[in-house]
Amino acid sequence: MIKLFSLKQQKKDGEASPRSGNPKKASAAQLRITKDINELNLPKTCTTEFPDPDDLLTFKLIICPDEGFYRTGRFIFSFKVGPNYPHEPPKVKCETQVYHPNIDQQGNVCLNILREDWKPVLTINSIVYGLQYLFLEPNPEDPLNKEAAEVLTNNRRVFEQNVQKAIRGGYVGGIYFERCLK
Amino acid sequence: MSETVESSQKRWGHLRKVLERPGPFCHPEFEPSSEILDFIMTSCKILIIGAGGLGCELLKDLALMGFKQIHVIDMDTIDLSNLNRQFLFRHKDIGSAKAEVAAEFINKRVAGCYVTPHFCKIQDYDEEFYRQFHIVVCGLDSIVARRWINGMLVAMLQYENGVLDQSSVIPMVDGGTEGFKGNARVILPGMSACVECTLDLYPPQVTYPLCTIANTPRLPEHCIEYVKVITWPKENPFNTALDGDDPQHIGWIYEKSMERALHFNIPGVTYRLVQGVVKNIIPAVASTNAIIAGICATEVFKIATSCCVPMNNYMVFNDVDGIYSYTYEAEKKENCLVCSQIPQELPIKDPSLMKLKEIISLLCESVIYQMKSPGITTTIGGKNKTLYISAIKSIEEKTKDNLNKTLTELGLKDGSEIMVADVTSPTTLVIKLKFMNNDVEMN
Repeated sequence: MIKLFSLKQQKKDGEASPRSGNPKKASAAQLRITKDINELNLPKTCTTEFPDPDDLLTFKLIICPDEGFYRTGRFIFSFKVGPNYPHEPPKVKCETQVYHPNIDQQGNVCLNILREDWKPVLTINSIVYGLQYLFLEPNPEDPLNKEAAEVLTNNRRVFEQNVQKAIRGGYVGGIYFERCLK
Repeated sequence: MSETVESSQKRWGHLRKVLERPGPFCHPEFEPSSEILDFIMTSCKILIIGAGGLGCELLKDLALMGFKQIHVIDMDTIDLSNLNRQFLFRHKDIGSAKAEVAAEFINKRVAGCYVTPHFCKIQDYDEEFYRQFHIVVCGLDSIVARRWINGMLVAMLQYENGVLDQSSVIPMVDGGTEGFKGNARVILPGMSACVECTLDLYPPQVTYPLCTIANTPRLPEHCIEYVKVITWPKENPFNTALDGDDPQHIGWIYEKSMERALHFNIPGVTYRLVQGVVKNIIPAVASTNAIIAGICATEVFKIATSCCVPMNNYMVFNDVDGIYSYTYEAEKKENCLVCSQIPQELPIKDPSLMKLKEIISLLCESVIYQMKSPGITTTIGGKNKTLYISAIKSIEEKTKDNLNKTLTELGLKDGSEIMVADVTSPTTLVIKLKFMNNDVEMN
C-alpha cells in the first residue's frame, strides 16, 4: 500500500529532481504492431509491401492462392492499423476487383474476425490466414456478393468459369472485372 | 495562515472527524493529524480528465471535499444535449469550452477552490505537465485517451536498480459509465493492474456482421449501418467523410435507411436512432454518473489522506435490474505491453563507432537477451523510424543499409529508446541507450 501523503510531502519538500526531458514514447499500438510485424509468418502464397518502412501501420498484403477456384489470380489487400489497435481490428480493404461471394465491388470483405469476432489476442497473422482461407473456401452462406453466392451454391462449374473469366479480365453478370492474373 | 484558520472552520468539521482521530476502519498506518487537511487544501494537486458527465460530478465532489488545487482538461465544447446532466453548463454556454465553463462555475460557487481549465487534448501536454499532479482522475468516454494517459503515467515511473521509486507513482482513479452500468477503478501505475493489463475487459464496439447488414437485415440498426458503411462510401453524396454532427449528413443517411427499411419491411428507423447508430451514442444516465463519480472522489480522498485503505481495485456497478455491484482485484498482467516494462539500459561505449549490426549481434549473443532475429524500431523527433526488420522482405531491403551505419549516423542520442521485438519475448522490449563517456580511447 502506498502512502501518498507522506511520500509526496517528502518529495515536494525536496522538489523533484529534474530529469532530462524524455523523447516522445512509442504508443502501445506501435509496440504491439512492431511485435506483430516482426513475427509475421506468411504462408508461401502471401507477400507484404510496406511503401514506407517507417510506417508499420499502413501496408499491403498480396495473396496468390496456389489451389482452389482462385489459384490463377493475384489479389491485393490494404491494411490500415489505427491508434486503438489491438482493441479495434485493422481496416482491411480488397483493392483488386474480385468475383467472390464474400467480397463486394467496393472492396469490403466479409470476414468475421475483421468485425464482430475481432479480439485483442488476434494478430495481423490471424487476418492473413483468414483472408487466405476465404480464397480456398468461399462461403456462400454469408454472402456480400449475392449473385456470386447463388451461382456457387447452384453450380460450381459455372462459378469456377465465372471466377476464371473475372481473373482474366472481362464481364461477369454485367460487371466488368480488371485482369488480375498472377 | 489563512488556510489554518479556514480548516478550523465549521465547514470542514466532518472531514476533521475523519482525519484527526483514529477509528476502527482506518488504514493500519494512518496517523491522525491536522496536517492532512492542510495537505488537501494547500498542496494536493488533482487533475481531472474530462469535463463531461463524469467530469462535472467529479469537479463538484472534489471541490466540496476540500481539494483546492484542481486542474481540468477537456477538448470538447458544450452541446445542447449535454445540459440534462452536465449541470455546470447552461443554455447560454452552448459552444463554449467545457473545461473553461466548468472551472468558472466552480470557482464562483465554491469559495476558496481554484480550478484551472485546459481546453485541449491530453496529448497536447507532456511529462512536464503531468508530473505536477498528485492524483489523476479520469471521466472519459474514450479508450484511446485512457490508454494514452495510462501510458504516460507508466512512462513517468522511475526505477533504481530495477526497484520502483514509489514517489514517482501518480495514482490514477478511473471511472466509466454506459447507460445504467458503470465501473470505477484505482490504478497505481507500476504496482497494480493498469489499463493495458485489462484491455480485454473493454467491450468491443457493437458491430454487425457485414454479410447480415448487406443481405439479411432484421433490425433498423442493420439498415442504418448498411447505409453508413456501404452506401455512403459508394455514393459519397457530399464529397467528404461522414460527419455525425452534420444534420445534412444525418438527414441523408436517415432517408436512405428508411428506403432500405421499407424494402425489407423493417419498422423502427427514426432520425434519433440514425444519429445514435452513426455516432455510436449510448444514452447517458445522470444517476450512474453521479454514483461512479462519487465512488471515484471517495477513492481520491482515501489515496490523498491515507485515512482508509483504497479500493482494491476494480468495481463494477449495474442498476439495469435492481442494483448489483462487485469489487475484485484486477491482476497485473505479467507481460503487459506497457507496465511490465522496467526500462533496461544498454551501455554504449562510443556511438560514433558502434554500428546497428553490432547492437543486433549483442542482443543475440548476450546472456540476458539471447534473441533470435530482433526487429528494431525507434522514435526520432516524435516520428517512428524502423531501424531494421529482417522478417519482412520489403522492409529488410529498405532498412539493410542501416546495419552498417553508426548510432550517431542513425540519429540516436544518449537516452534514446529502441523498441525491440523478438520471438523470444512476449512483448516488445523498450531499451534505453546510455552513451558512456567516450573520452577513454577504445581500439
